[in-house]
Amino acid sequence: MLKIITAVIGRDLKLAMRRQADIVSALFFFVIVVSLFPLGIGPEPDLLRKLAPGVLWVAALLATMLSLPRLFADDHRDGTLEQLALAPHPLGLVVTGKVIAHWLVSGLPLALIAPVLGIQFDLSTDALIVLTFAILIGTPALSGIGAIGAALTLGLRGGGVLLSLLVLPLYIPVLIFGAGAVDATVAGLGGEGHLSLLAALTFASLGFAPWASAAALKIALE
Amino acid sequence: MKDRFNLYRFASPATFYPFAGALIPYFVAVSVVFGLAGLWLGMLVAPTDFQQGEGYRIIFIHVPASWMSMFIYLVMAGWAAIGLAFNTRLSGMMAQALAPTGALMAFLSLLTGALWGKPMWGAWWVWDARLTSELILLFLYIGYMALTAAIDDARRADKAGGLLLLVGVVNIPIIYFSVKWWNTLHQGSSVNLAKSSMATTMLWGMLLMAMCFWMYSIAIALMRVRTIMLERERNTDWVKAELLGNSAGGKK
Repeated sequence: MLKIITAVIGRDLKLAMRRQADIVSALFFFVIVVSLFPLGIGPEPDLLRKLAPGVLWVAALLATMLSLPRLFADDHRDGTLEQLALAPHPLGLVVTGKVIAHWLVSGLPLALIAPVLGIQFDLSTDALIVLTFAILIGTPALSGIGAIGAALTLGLRGGGVLLSLLVLPLYIPVLIFGAGAVDATVAGLGGEGHLSLLAALTFASLGFAPWASAAALKIALE
Repeated sequence: MKDRFNLYRFASPATFYPFAGALIPYFVAVSVVFGLAGLWLGMLVAPTDFQQGEGYRIIFIHVPASWMSMFIYLVMAGWAAIGLAFNTRLSGMMAQALAPTGALMAFLSLLTGALWGKPMWGAWWVWDARLTSELILLFLYIGYMALTAAIDDARRADKAGGLLLLVGVVNIPIIYFSVKWWNTLHQGSSVNLAKSSMATTMLWGMLLMAMCFWMYSIAIALMRVRTIMLERERNTDWVKAELLGNSAGGKK
């Protein structure tokens, strides 16, 4: 079971490394969107500090969405996906591997760059640490839930726009608790409660989402 | 077919179509009766609220619409589960027929909530757990309709939409319990089987309106499912016979 997952992760990471431009462009999107906000809002530190958690999280959501359509599309186009579906091991495990690989190339870089961007918003060190943790813990849920949307819209015209329509409503809880953790830290309340809920969301979505995605893929492949 | 009554017979569009057509007038009539009674009780008989004055009367639209928005989603998810489990044709059509009504109810709930919130809370919109989760419900309905509309193959549309419905169903308990879990501006539930915090006439007015909305939803969903059937089965003989008007419909 673990062997299948690691094999899929290794394969997807290798494919991603061959096309680094995709990873970098999603990351640049995140950096640019976040950097545009202080320019648009103005330099008031109090206001920026208040806006920072929401802005960073919404930008992270959008950056994750950007790379989601590719999650299954390439494998679908060259027939790999059908082979994986026909293989004797459960498709859900394959999707789990793909979700983890997707997180490694999309969510993890976001978490690593987030503290640098947080400085633009004059966040305190505590808040930066919590922000990094929140994005680190929360983004796997985004990859998991996003996989369902990516599987449902596989091969449809206008799939990208439709994907955002399907997935963004389901992202709202992650956004609330993710931004809430940073907000609570800024307010001096401590973000542990929010972080725990975020971790719960991540575990729940990593447990269920791959199987829902696998069912959606089977519908798409019929 | 003569020997005994068989419920599964209605799983076929050709037999369900005339059956639905025969039911629609009854549901419309019952809905109108309940609606008139509910409006009469709610608008004329029910006492003025001691706290909220006459403004509270929007509750007779707001609460039934909110109930229906959640209930219709559950019914759609139920149809989706049946459709995915037993591979039935009718369930996908029913889910698709219900979706616009569900979206309408969610929209009405948000709209009347905003109209009610302005005089009572002093704000059209507050970022409250219940309001937000109801808004998500509206987005889920829109997402479902967009997804099924984007897929040309009706069978795949039913299945993909059904899966989305089942995934989104986690939102329903969140809406339902949100007033308990998060103590924010939205008032708690005032309807309780054991002891209700509202006047009896108000409660009855609300229940009558809820019945009215319920019956309306069934009637409109049946009308819509008939249209969907004609569209999907346009290549079959029974639709041709139906549209040419030379049969009572559904005759084998």
